[in-house]
Amino acid sequence: MDLNFSFFFSNFPELTITGLAFGAIYALIALGYTMVYGVLQLINFAHSEVFMYGTFACLWFTMAMVGDGNPGGVKTLAILLGALLAAMAMSAVVALILERVAYRPLIKRNAPRLIALISAIGASFVLAELMGLRDRVAGWVGLDDDLRDYVGRARINNSMPNIVDNKVLFQVGNADVRMVDLIVIISAVVMMVAVDQFVRRSRLGRGIRATAQDPETAALMGVNSTRVIQLTFLLGGLMAGVAAFLYMLKIEVTKFDAGFLLGVKAFTAAVLGGIGNLRGALVGGLVLGVVENWGSAILGTEWRHVVAFVLLVVILLFRPTGILGESLGKART
Amino acid sequence: MIRTTRSWRIAAAAVAAGLTLAACGTTDDEGGDSDSESAAGGDAACDVSLAFFGPQTGPAAGLGQPIIQGAQLAIDQYNADAECEVGYELIDSQGSPDQAPSLATEAAGNEAIIGVVGPAFSGESDAAGPIFAEAGLPTISPSATNPTLAENGWDTFHRALGNDATQGPAAAKYIAETLQAKSVFVIDDASEYGAGLAGIVEDELGDTVVGQDTIQVGDTDFSATVTAVTSSKADTVFFGGYYAEAALIVSQLRDRGYEGTFVVADGVKDPGFLEGAKDAAEGTIITCPCIPAEDPAVADFAAAYEEEFGEAPGTYAAEAYDAANIFLEGIATGIDNREDLLTWVNEYDEQGVTKQLKFDETGEPADVHVYAYSVEGGEIVSDQEIE
Repeated sequence: MDLNFSFFFSNFPELTITGLAFGAIYALIALGYTMVYGVLQLINFAHSEVFMYGTFACLWFTMAMVGDGNPGGVKTLAILLGALLAAMAMSAVVALILERVAYRPLIKRNAPRLIALISAIGASFVLAELMGLRDRVAGWVGLDDDLRDYVGRARINNSMPNIVDNKVLFQVGNADVRMVDLIVIISAVVMMVAVDQFVRRSRLGRGIRATAQDPETAALMGVNSTRVIQLTFLLGGLMAGVAAFLYMLKIEVTKFDAGFLLGVKAFTAAVLGGIGNLRGALVGGLVLGVVENWGSAILGTEWRHVVAFVLLVVILLFRPTGILGESLGKART
Repeated sequence: MIRTTRSWRIAAAAVAAGLTLAACGTTDDEGGDSDSESAAGGDAACDVSLAFFGPQTGPAAGLGQPIIQGAQLAIDQYNADAECEVGYELIDSQGSPDQAPSLATEAAGNEAIIGVVGPAFSGESDAAGPIFAEAGLPTISPSATNPTLAENGWDTFHRALGNDATQGPAAAKYIAETLQAKSVFVIDDASEYGAGLAGIVEDELGDTVVGQDTIQVGDTDFSATVTAVTSSKADTVFFGGYYAEAALIVSQLRDRGYEGTFVVADGVKDPGFLEGAKDAAEGTIITCPCIPAEDPAVADFAAAYEEEFGEAPGTYAAEAYDAANIFLEGIATGIDNREDLLTWVNEYDEQGVTKQLKFDETGEPADVHVYAYSVEGGEIVSDQEIE
């Protein structure tokens, strides 16, 4: 195994920046995992599909709006904004449906967490395969011909029209910082701060924290637990939608099983930062993205995934509660 | 609501009984086929089938489709005049070596199948090869190019195209002589096909290679690889792998301002590459042991293909057509079992549409050609034959 340190050091700024960009996407998806875990002690395995549906909403909206032409300036901005909203809406809707169909019946009956976990895994497969078989589903309602561009080639990569000119904005050291990477990092941080502030300061946010800390007492204090759970899923879904939009901006390609690996990595990021801790999701995501890139540079890209999971194991060995430790319920006001 | 334990037990027993009956039903069908004899009066064999083994669905489905259709054309042309029609089974491996062994076992167990056009990919050929060899089921692959496949001593293995031991050096020759590259970065996808081919190209290019990286199939973010390429200042990149990853890699390379030439091989020669990479695909060089559709030798085939399927023949359609025809000519003489068909294939020596079809003891074709294609104006156009 030859360790390519010279390459790593000479390209350190570029590797770190691109690592932060992908890490920001992990962080936004991780937020969904960490919030649901904080409130329900449930690992929402289907969250990866919430993300994946968001990427498709973004793709379809852009395809519908762009057609063949290449819009300029203001129109591009409007389309991007629309795509972002479409992704957020789709992810939020899928998250809410998930909560209603896959989890609420179990939570109401006080089912063991293991059962909810199995339901989550099942829901994940159902959602992913539905997307992968969308051409058949469209066929049932006779729309597969009209919607061919959208539902065709259902199991392979679908790519989004490229409407953003990814120019270099400035340089750090010898690395070019490009527009898309910067947008991704800044958007993720802004969204994280927004969610964090919402949970810490608003009344609804206080309800979430209360339910996370002690569901029964919170109910006694007048917190509507069903509403809180819905809100948790909604927030996680909205953030996954933002992640989906940023992912499509950067990678421009999606597939029905695109959620799987990203979901596993995002969950890893959530645990890395401290499961149940919102800021932990941000830290975990960014750290994971950066370390993955560094590892790829030093060892070769084939070691990318190995590096990510070795990092997880090492951190948990020394700090079992994750980097930032404390959970949602115990967050100080 | 079913609440009592007794109801659950009855239901479970019913399900078990149903499953057993269903399994019995399937075995009966296969038993029927193996009992049939070839017609005493007619020349050609009856109640036989050929099978396609490869990606009908999955991430590389685009590469399977032309092969399915190429063989289909040959079979349809045969069946038009035949007394006994030859059946055509499609075995979908999704191009992955994971499912290949169990699917191969199933195919080997189906006595009606006496010849396989495929497996399409090198990974699955490696996984399914021993099973076909043991069952004595002759296979002719129109597209699997890893050279080591022929070195396993499988009597049943044949391929209708040049392998990477010719494609690799041809690609390296094109890079060194036609492109006159001074520094090459080699990327592979760790697959049997991609890693094998990239390894050969790397060996052939020797000192010209300034860097190497391996990616994983299914990855979407290649920023570390792109950084490695740009920092190595290579003027050419060679990628051994399939079109899904190739599209993403070239997109991300161009996105970060890389202007060198991107060279790939037959696994990328698919419209899926153009769709995935869009403008970034422009100027990509693709090598392939597959004959261009405009070549006069395949003109009749191309016209018939276009008439039946409404599109120009895709990658390896002509080779699949040749492979199927080898089997069909054997069936026309009355061969109805695997052993005789295998002998027929081993002794075959005729001109097909793509080349003179004659296999040596390891299953390699005697006559091989490698062609270069390039992406121009959003289309894959043929460039030249690499001598």
